[in-house]
Amino acid sequence: MEAINDEKVRELKLKANEIRKWVIKMVYAAQSGHPGGSLSAADILAVLYFHELHVDPKNPDWPQRDRFVLSKGHASPAYYAALAMRGFFPEEELLKFRKVESFLQGHPSLMVPGVDMCTGSLGQGLSAGIGMALAGKMDSLDYRVYVLLGDGEIEEGNVWEAAMTAATRKLDNLVAIVDRNKIQLDDFTDRMVELDPLEEKWRGFGWRVISINGHDIVQIIRALNEARKTGGRPTVIIAHTVKGKGVSYMENTPVYHGKPPQSEEEYEKALKELEEERRGI
Amino acid sequence: MNWDYESPRKAYGETLVELGRERDDIVVMDADLSTSTKTAMFGTEFPERFFNVGLQEQNMMGIAAGLARCGKTVFASSFAVFATGRAYDQVRQSIAYPRLNVKIVATHGGITVGEDGASHQMIEDIGLMSGLPNMRVIVPVDSNEVRSVIRFVASEDGPFYVRLTRTALPNLTDGDFKFGKGAVMRDGTDMTIIATGIEVGYSLKAAELLKEKGIDMQVVNMSTIKPIDRDIIIKSARDTGLIMTVEDHNIYNGLGSRVAEVLSENYPVRMLRHGMRDIFGRSGRWDTLLSHYEMDEKGIAKVAENFYKEVKS
Repeated sequence: MEAINDEKVRELKLKANEIRKWVIKMVYAAQSGHPGGSLSAADILAVLYFHELHVDPKNPDWPQRDRFVLSKGHASPAYYAALAMRGFFPEEELLKFRKVESFLQGHPSLMVPGVDMCTGSLGQGLSAGIGMALAGKMDSLDYRVYVLLGDGEIEEGNVWEAAMTAATRKLDNLVAIVDRNKIQLDDFTDRMVELDPLEEKWRGFGWRVISINGHDIVQIIRALNEARKTGGRPTVIIAHTVKGKGVSYMENTPVYHGKPPQSEEEYEKALKELEEERRGI
Repeated sequence: MNWDYESPRKAYGETLVELGRERDDIVVMDADLSTSTKTAMFGTEFPERFFNVGLQEQNMMGIAAGLARCGKTVFASSFAVFATGRAYDQVRQSIAYPRLNVKIVATHGGITVGEDGASHQMIEDIGLMSGLPNMRVIVPVDSNEVRSVIRFVASEDGPFYVRLTRTALPNLTDGDFKFGKGAVMRDGTDMTIIATGIEVGYSLKAAELLKEKGIDMQVVNMSTIKPIDRDIIIKSARDTGLIMTVEDHNIYNGLGSRVAEVLSENYPVRMLRHGMRDIFGRSGRWDTLLSHYEMDEKGIAKVAENFYKEVKS
């Protein structure tokens, strides 16, 4: 296990904090969008885009790049923020999110530099990831494929078709990450569909399973390192997270799954809390 | 037009194998129907480029999209009912919207599936696929055209839907397929039948039956449903003044609807859509079903004659 440098961890925490601020600014400017599941995924995206992924912002279609599919496409604010911060397009564009003059579509689209797959209709991204992983093996390219799923999303049957096939095809170049924030649009996931025991489900489907705290930068890095050593099996990282993480009134409630801060006061409060968090990093 | 019967599915499988030998970017997928769709022929020769994913049509379309995004030219096959109906959202979101290089080649379109019955007789697929932006829709008229069409879609970037039938078809063309162009298969002056797929041969035979009754029919083969050939439709309307469409598909959202749109916007003449009249099919031999629904030569001739008499007498 490579040593994880404290300075690197601090840098990634700051990136995650910056992603969260952008999420709030973007959905407030758009008066539309999904903050809850964007905030829960911010740490994972920060580690992916500022530590894990081999990508080249100047050459977004570089054939050897690692692939990333945001299967939970509604977390587009956090995704676009990470892409802009990584240099795929100017950060100014972020405040045009969901507006007709912008390429920043409500859900990820190939119009956006750095996006590898259109998503938004839930349950399909893992299949696309399998196709990318198969292509990598066919072409003897050693890139890796990462797919971020929502926990509500995995209620879709297509996910489990893909889970079976990824294991059958021994896709050890494929990593799924489940953002286990325990809340979907209408309610808490366990009141909608019983997803637990989630780890055992994936294990039963032939995957290697790693459970982590999805807000702990060190745990995220370690899990992604560990995923490189599976030897013939795909890895799923179950990232236990808090929906709305970082904004007190958005945490652990379905209310802010798909709506922006409801007033100037709410908006300022969210940014203030995130700024306080930044000072503590 | 030698009327030799040949399996369009076999022509598909053979052409895939030829393409596989010529190009290493060709990848073929199936969902547990490869012996029926004939993609198994490709799988035997190129196992490393053939992915039979089992009964997972939705997953197949998503994987096809991922492969295409990495530069592969992907053919994804199943029966029409599953390829377009079962996996519609995956085709829409993961293939059509990103305009990825996936060719959906479905076999067993229409009621000529036969004994399996309505559950397997897809009569809405042309409508479903035509409604998708970026998707182009082709129904080859015979096995010679299947070969040309498969080569054509492999050479063009972006998504296509190609609909094949289960049954053998008479070779009516020498395979000189022109994308987006209809073809006059028989000249006539009194009325035009515009047909697609298996119904072209039956329409030609119906025209012979009507000739005996003194009605001179023009017959047009419309292999490309989207984009539709507006010019040939308008010309036929000008030349004969009366149009009938025939398709092994629902009369809603298929060839008949596309022709009606062109006529009503450009050159309104009386027309009649013939095919499955918004009903599900039933089990039976494919040829007896065509007779049952008046979609064989006798049925078409009867429907056409009644329409002709109603309008022109």
